[in-house]
Amino acid sequence: MSVLTQSTPAAAPSDAAPEKELRPPSYWPFVVPALVVVLAIIIFPWVFTIWMSLNEWKVGSPTTFVGLSNYQRLTSDPRFLEAVVHTIVYTVLSVLLPLVLGTFAAVVFHQKFPGRGFLRGVFIMPMMATPVAIALVWTMMFHPQLGVLNYLLSLIGIPAQLWVFHPATVIPSLVLVETWQWTPLVMLIVLGGLAAIPTEPYESAQIDGANLWQVFRFITLPLIMPFLFIAGMIRMIDAVKSFDIIFAITQGGPGSASETINIYLYSVAFTYYDLGYGSAIAVVFFLLIVLLAAVMLYARQRMVWTEIASDA
Amino acid sequence: MTPRQIIGKIGLWLSVFVIVSPAILFFLWMLSLSLKFEIDNAAYPPVFFPEHIAWKNYADVLASNRFVTYFVNSLIVTGSATLLALMVGVPAGYGIARMSAHKSAIVILIARITPGLSYLIPLFLLFQWLGLLGTLVPQIIIHLVVTVPIVIWIMIGYFETTPLELEEAALIDGATRWQVFRHVALPIAKPGIAVAFILAVIFSWNNFVFGIVLAGRETRTLPVAVYNMISFDQLSWGPLAAAALIVTLPVLLLTVFAQRQIVAGLTAGAVKGG
Repeated sequence: MSVLTQSTPAAAPSDAAPEKELRPPSYWPFVVPALVVVLAIIIFPWVFTIWMSLNEWKVGSPTTFVGLSNYQRLTSDPRFLEAVVHTIVYTVLSVLLPLVLGTFAAVVFHQKFPGRGFLRGVFIMPMMATPVAIALVWTMMFHPQLGVLNYLLSLIGIPAQLWVFHPATVIPSLVLVETWQWTPLVMLIVLGGLAAIPTEPYESAQIDGANLWQVFRFITLPLIMPFLFIAGMIRMIDAVKSFDIIFAITQGGPGSASETINIYLYSVAFTYYDLGYGSAIAVVFFLLIVLLAAVMLYARQRMVWTEIASDA
Repeated sequence: MTPRQIIGKIGLWLSVFVIVSPAILFFLWMLSLSLKFEIDNAAYPPVFFPEHIAWKNYADVLASNRFVTYFVNSLIVTGSATLLALMVGVPAGYGIARMSAHKSAIVILIARITPGLSYLIPLFLLFQWLGLLGTLVPQIIIHLVVTVPIVIWIMIGYFETTPLELEEAALIDGATRWQVFRHVALPIAKPGIAVAFILAVIFSWNNFVFGIVLAGRETRTLPVAVYNMISFDQLSWGPLAAAALIVTLPVLLLTVFAQRQIVAGLTAGAVKGG
């Protein structure tokens, strides 16, 4: 609306409405180019994906409208259901481990010590490095005979593992990589939270003779809770969508032992070219992420309320 | 220093060592792998410091003319996607911040949550219809999915913190909105633009999923090229590690040298591409 009413005087001869020039023009023109781009590459794909998910749509054969049958097929597709379980296991581990380690790292990086800036730069290198490149090196490190990880284990007397080459250890091994890669992001977010904490509680705790663990447990932890929550949320969204590491190291194998929803989606859409069914998976996948985020928000709300209730 | 303080110091440095060593050891091992001949890479127990350094691994990677092609592809895709994103994203961030149109950020949130593969299915078909699949254009366009939200998100945050007084003064003096943006707001926003630029470059450079679907033999970017090397020479680790290091080296250098901007950008927006 506002675009229309304000562009009219500009299109008219300049002497037609001199009093209107005093009104400050809108900021809309600044946003329009980005709006066009976002419509084309984000909104259009979404609308089109929903439409495709209602069709039988395979590359090379004619498309037919099939309603919700792609979604029905999902509920009885054992490979999809298995992928959901893998995704949940992978996600839970890949949220919890970085949260614990990242909080510890943040507490350490919150201290002052020489070389802190440089070491922080080194610490965040895993999350900035090209995922495929580091996946390649991890694959070499996981090698059962020649890999450096089994050598390191042998030094402390632990027998050689098959890592990503065995169905039982593949997901924990991939979580190890994911944790190595993304602990720095949790650290950065929590570090931001630590910087905002006032110093008074610490001073009085020191006077009361609290030890380090007590200080952390009863002062730091409650104060950084909101930041931990944000970090957990972001970590959850990224872990559910994790693709590069899993695809480059195992491609969902051995067998389908590490096939998550995202990896399965890739196979359906771009190995079998079953685009209609792939679109249905994409829609359900997105809804699942939104649902998980909503559950986390709800849990957070309840936690806050019980805290208030127990204080009263 | 009291004994207690000394113990505290030792504990702190020990913790720092424990935290940083996984990253340091990993990248040192990557370097070691890339500088060893096959006989050392296949040795057990592993060789950490080789007697003979295999510079040849790097020479081999760089000498293959395909690698140069892929490097140029990566430069074109990341460069174009970042510049286009800055051209549309910086003004958009400015407009959204000045209009306080925070609801529009929901679109960016959706983009952040959506798995990269979901964009690929419809856009793959679109590019096929348009007959663009043999060129770099599809990849440049789809990388905007990564770069545009990063730029808009960071610029909204940045323009919200820049002072309004100067801009209002310029408006009263009769400057147009565009002139105010171009000559007042933009110069102040340079540090914010730098942050947006660096993060957009890194996440576009690292992107893998768009390339494996959209790139043909001639249009691969570096991450896709490195991935394809795995299947070819499963057991020549030296050149593979060398290639992996070359691919990620620009990003690692940026991380160490622009550490402050990256930390600022990531903690402000907590963004990540794809």
